[in-house]
Amino acid sequence: MDYLLTEEQVMIKELAARIAEDKIRPIAAELDKTEQFPREIINILAQSDLFAIFIPEEFGGTLQLQDGRMVGGVLDLCLATEELSKACGGVAVCYAASALGTFPILIYGTQEQKKKYLPSLAKGEKLAAFGLTEPEAGSDASAIKTTAKKEGNSYILNGTKHFITNGAEAEIYVIIAMTDKSKGARGASAFIVEKGTPGFSFGKKEDKMGIRASITSELIFNDCKIPKENLLGKEGMGFIATMRTFDMSRPGVAAQALGIAQGALDLTVRYAKERHQFGKSISSFQGIQWMLSDMATQIEAARALVYSTARMIDAGRGSVAKESAMAKLFASDTAMRVTTDCVQIFGGYGYMRDYPIEKYMRDAKITQIYEGTNQIQRNIIALQLIKEMVK
Amino acid sequence: MEIIVCIKQVPETTEVKINPDTNTLIREGIKSIINPFDMYAIEEGLRLKERFGGRVRVISMGPPQAESALREAISMGCDEAILLSDRAFAGSDTWATSFVLASAIKKMGSFDIILCGKQASDGDTAQVGPGISSHLDIPQVTYVKKIESIDNGISRVERMTEEGYEVIELPLPALFTVVKEINEPRIPSLRGMMKARSAKITLWGIGEIGIESAAVGLSGSPTRVVRIFTPPPRKGGQIFHGETSEVVDRLVQLVKDEI
Repeated sequence: MDYLLTEEQVMIKELAARIAEDKIRPIAAELDKTEQFPREIINILAQSDLFAIFIPEEFGGTLQLQDGRMVGGVLDLCLATEELSKACGGVAVCYAASALGTFPILIYGTQEQKKKYLPSLAKGEKLAAFGLTEPEAGSDASAIKTTAKKEGNSYILNGTKHFITNGAEAEIYVIIAMTDKSKGARGASAFIVEKGTPGFSFGKKEDKMGIRASITSELIFNDCKIPKENLLGKEGMGFIATMRTFDMSRPGVAAQALGIAQGALDLTVRYAKERHQFGKSISSFQGIQWMLSDMATQIEAARALVYSTARMIDAGRGSVAKESAMAKLFASDTAMRVTTDCVQIFGGYGYMRDYPIEKYMRDAKITQIYEGTNQIQRNIIALQLIKEMVK
Repeated sequence: MEIIVCIKQVPETTEVKINPDTNTLIREGIKSIINPFDMYAIEEGLRLKERFGGRVRVISMGPPQAESALREAISMGCDEAILLSDRAFAGSDTWATSFVLASAIKKMGSFDIILCGKQASDGDTAQVGPGISSHLDIPQVTYVKKIESIDNGISRVERMTEEGYEVIELPLPALFTVVKEINEPRIPSLRGMMKARSAKITLWGIGEIGIESAAVGLSGSPTRVVRIFTPPPRKGGQIFHGETSEVVDRLVQLVKDEI
């Protein structure tokens, strides 16, 4: 399908596709096996300006402001993430998670904060990460226990975050912590914390089922003192900041799912043509053909939803929570279904690690879980549906 | 440092098919790319610029569509590009081609280093680089795998051989043809691609270069292609079965008979 991309978006897609094919695919299996953080690939993405595509020009990015407003960025990010995910969903999330950590600064940062942090993020010299989840605060984000206590010109952070993508590899962290527990969800605030700040350390590195090229770590704050200038927005805006960040970043997860699904399907179509049983290519069997057709159709439908949502965000529409949740929900469920069927078509070979396809199935699973489980996405969609009805 | 990189646009496939009636390459439906070996030359040029400063100019002789190869070189970071294109160039062999390139380089002014890929993936002659150095009367080193140092106008390079490598010192200006062991070509940047889109590509024909049409194209080319043919496939070998000592004796006897 022709999505009428701009010339620049076509370039972004081609560039990401070239990096995926030339640099990522040859080492994807090795990264999966060794769980090694792909620093060299990150450097290539950085040199290619791919970390600049969601940051405005005035802060070192390539995005041009129109009427003083940021235009584009989310679709561009989706296109790059999708292409990278075709080769490796793990590498793609290292990239997309930096965007996730950058969005709160883009949305809520003051001019000073943007000037301080965005240029090095746009260059890809530094990676960002977003720290919300805690051992006892997953879907119930309001249950977070990490605190930030104001003392003079500083905040003192205490607590533990876990399952943080890019944890320990990123330099710049946006952390959600309670500034006033008595106010519940309205008592949370967002802070920028730099790696190397005394009292900020890293704990357990997770051993994951999929996206193993990415790193997922525990962040530990022990009387970690940060200047009060590192508060993002105002005190008490932590959850709103989180929700708005996720509204912007969920199409990225959806694009990751899309890339994983498309990458798996591409391998499967080729395999189905090459694999012979009963004296014929298995692609000549209608049972296989219909599976391939269903997969391709579902992926295309997901892509249309993801791109449309990304375009809505880029056009500056205020309320995108429902669409963003739908894109993430639909694309990730599609990825899980498609990759499971791809393994089925590969048969016994598909179950073996010598073949690349089972990795896609493992990588797909996380897209149904992180940045809000698909159950939470359904809650968001339902809430909006009911709200719209009341209006 | 003034660096000039010579590149050629070639068909993407390594399995070039030939039209048996006309004995020419079948180019339809095949994507054109920068000759893979020239990518290493471009990368080395950019690295020399990063090491020593200066600029990298890239030139190519070819049909008008070779402009896209030059744009790609700019997207990687080359500063300027010149396309040498003229109907009179059609049919040039390696002698005439290297004459055109050398004449254009003379016109480009002073330079320190000329870089070429070791050979083109379509013609595989490896003659154009050395040809340019002969026309310009400057020293050359082929199959360079490392430019070790450049100091006071003296360069020290490693040249790959079948047995190992040679270390050669020579004065600049000089021409090097490079092998793939020299570096890993970079992927262009988005900013580079945007710059390349609107970059001005200078176009020179025989008039601009200031050469006679008799010296280029078919008339300037001593090479004559008499016939192009596909060699007949080799007949299958013979396989001996049996005890090793007996098989060896039969093999030795057969070799003796053949000699």
